[in-house]
Amino acid sequence: MALLEITNLTVEFATAHGSLKAVDQVSLSLDAGDIVAIVGESGSGKSVAMLALMGLLPWTATITADQMNFDGKDLLTLNDKQRRAIIGKDISMIFQEPMTSLNPCFSVEYQISEVLAQHFGGNRSSHKGKVIELLTKVGIPAPETRLKAYPHQLSGGMSQRVMIAMMIACEPKLLIADEPTTALDVTIQAQILELLIELQKANGMALVLITHDMAVVAETADRVVVQYAGQQVEQRSVAELFDNPRHPYTQALLNALPEYAKEKTLNAIPGVVPGQLDRPVGCLFNPRCELAQDLCRQQPPQKTQGVLCHYPLPLKVHASSQLEVS
Amino acid sequence: MMIQHALIEARDLHKYYHIKTGLFQPNQSLQALSGASFDLYAGQTLAVVGESGCGKSTLARLLTLIEQPTAGQLTLDGIDLATANKKEVARQLRKTVQMVFQDPFGSLNPRQKVGDILQEPLLINTNLNSGERREQVLAMMRRVGLRDEHIHRYPHMFSGGQRQRIAIARALILKPKVVVLDEPVSALDVSIQAQVLNLLIELQQELGLAYVFISHDLSVVRHIADQVLVMYLGKPVEQGPSQVVFDSPQHPYTQALLSATPQANTNRNRQRIKLTGELPSPLDPPSGCSFHPRCQNAMPQCKTTAPVMTQNGDLSVACLLIN
Repeated sequence: MALLEITNLTVEFATAHGSLKAVDQVSLSLDAGDIVAIVGESGSGKSVAMLALMGLLPWTATITADQMNFDGKDLLTLNDKQRRAIIGKDISMIFQEPMTSLNPCFSVEYQISEVLAQHFGGNRSSHKGKVIELLTKVGIPAPETRLKAYPHQLSGGMSQRVMIAMMIACEPKLLIADEPTTALDVTIQAQILELLIELQKANGMALVLITHDMAVVAETADRVVVQYAGQQVEQRSVAELFDNPRHPYTQALLNALPEYAKEKTLNAIPGVVPGQLDRPVGCLFNPRCELAQDLCRQQPPQKTQGVLCHYPLPLKVHASSQLEVS
Repeated sequence: MMIQHALIEARDLHKYYHIKTGLFQPNQSLQALSGASFDLYAGQTLAVVGESGCGKSTLARLLTLIEQPTAGQLTLDGIDLATANKKEVARQLRKTVQMVFQDPFGSLNPRQKVGDILQEPLLINTNLNSGERREQVLAMMRRVGLRDEHIHRYPHMFSGGQRQRIAIARALILKPKVVVLDEPVSALDVSIQAQVLNLLIELQQELGLAYVFISHDLSVVRHIADQVLVMYLGKPVEQGPSQVVFDSPQHPYTQALLSATPQANTNRNRQRIKLTGELPSPLDPPSGCSFHPRCQNAMPQCKTTAPVMTQNGDLSVACLLIN
């Protein structure tokens, strides 16, 4: 059985202008040891879907799903106490800005041992050895001297390592990393991504990587989910997606990268992700899509072969034959 | 043909800050920038790359006259800043050099309407009347892809990409010759990033602007830059034409930086040069070559001798291994 099974997750926010569908019929299935990336522009509901899974959304959010199972437990029916026993232990999440997600008032040791004391009992001081072990694991040099450090004394990369140490303290089965490297320099980004993959392999945990950086996806993930305006528009393996994107949005995202540019002018996608008040009729991507036709402006598309589009781009012939051979 | 003079001539620019370390301790000096030299011509783009803390933003502050260099010579549009009458010249040069900041959410005043934001530079620096100012503002807004009705809106009503367009319009309204772009697209999504980069490229070709493009995203730099200056801990380590720097980098730091940059292809057999550790504190820089503690090719003499920038083929490199 899959570790995580989400079908048709929808998240709606009650706002002053009526309800806003931030996540629309999202499905995701994960096995232990999977690395899945969720990509999309800001406002595409990547984080909200995962926050819904964690139960971290405010009361204005209405979460509905046909199914939301984690490790045999139904997350939809759990009460708060039962949920707290899972969150932070079996599922944990790393946030985008390490500087702001650590509590500035407490030392590194306090914050990491708090997690351990919460889930394994005992008082905080009894976990000191484990804290040092964790800090060593995430590659912090001379961890004994860092125990009493406060977040402001750490660099961005170090803070992110502390965050990771805290999140793997209970050896989670599923780690969600929400833009873990966006605020960091490329050299530190490479170190952190490598660390995450290493830990993922060592513990056999599943990793969900939320990002908008296609290059990071290409280098780390096995499977990719492309989200646009709250909907999943394409879900494929990394190799297939980069070789032969089927949804025009995926294609456009790739073409917008400077690496893919054949001339000085980049292939930008015109316009922006639709907001609450300017949702188009039909396919949500149609106003920005080069290939949009009348049908796209009238009817929302159905998912066919994992692609949410009326006219998916054709399968490359050579690509499919290669796949059959290998 | 007339020989074009460089818009910016920087020679051996230095900037030190004095940091208070405690009540009874002597002040420490922090070398934020030591020894940057370059020429920048109209229509050209110089990219400055490096990790945070490498002195990129200090360089931007010197070029935009926000701060004075501690040592070195800076000539902007033919005027040497050290010899000129400071106040008068600074006023004149502010029209020549303008800046676009990284965060379009922080760089626009939330209490001013777009029209007022764009008019302010004209109000301060020119004698135009309100009708003429409005005309110029509208023309500039159209140029950067904003609509006329946006003039009465506040910054919070715009998306990140549109705000960056406003910031670009504000920088260009005085018709500068040099624009310093401090990470102009790093806060934007890929698709919007492409829109803004396209706009910048168009404007450069149309107006013959010179750009100083500060960025840590090497794939963007590769696309937009003519010249690249790689810095590490305040010191330039490699400098030269973009093509050469990207195709055959010579300094180990540039090589490591390029190898750390993720690429949008799924071939994972690429050998990575691992950079261990983090940037050392600029208050306590390593002896000799400041990169030696993280360098995989470090030799014994790197600990003691500081390398100097030396021309080697098309590139200038500061590394003992090469020089």
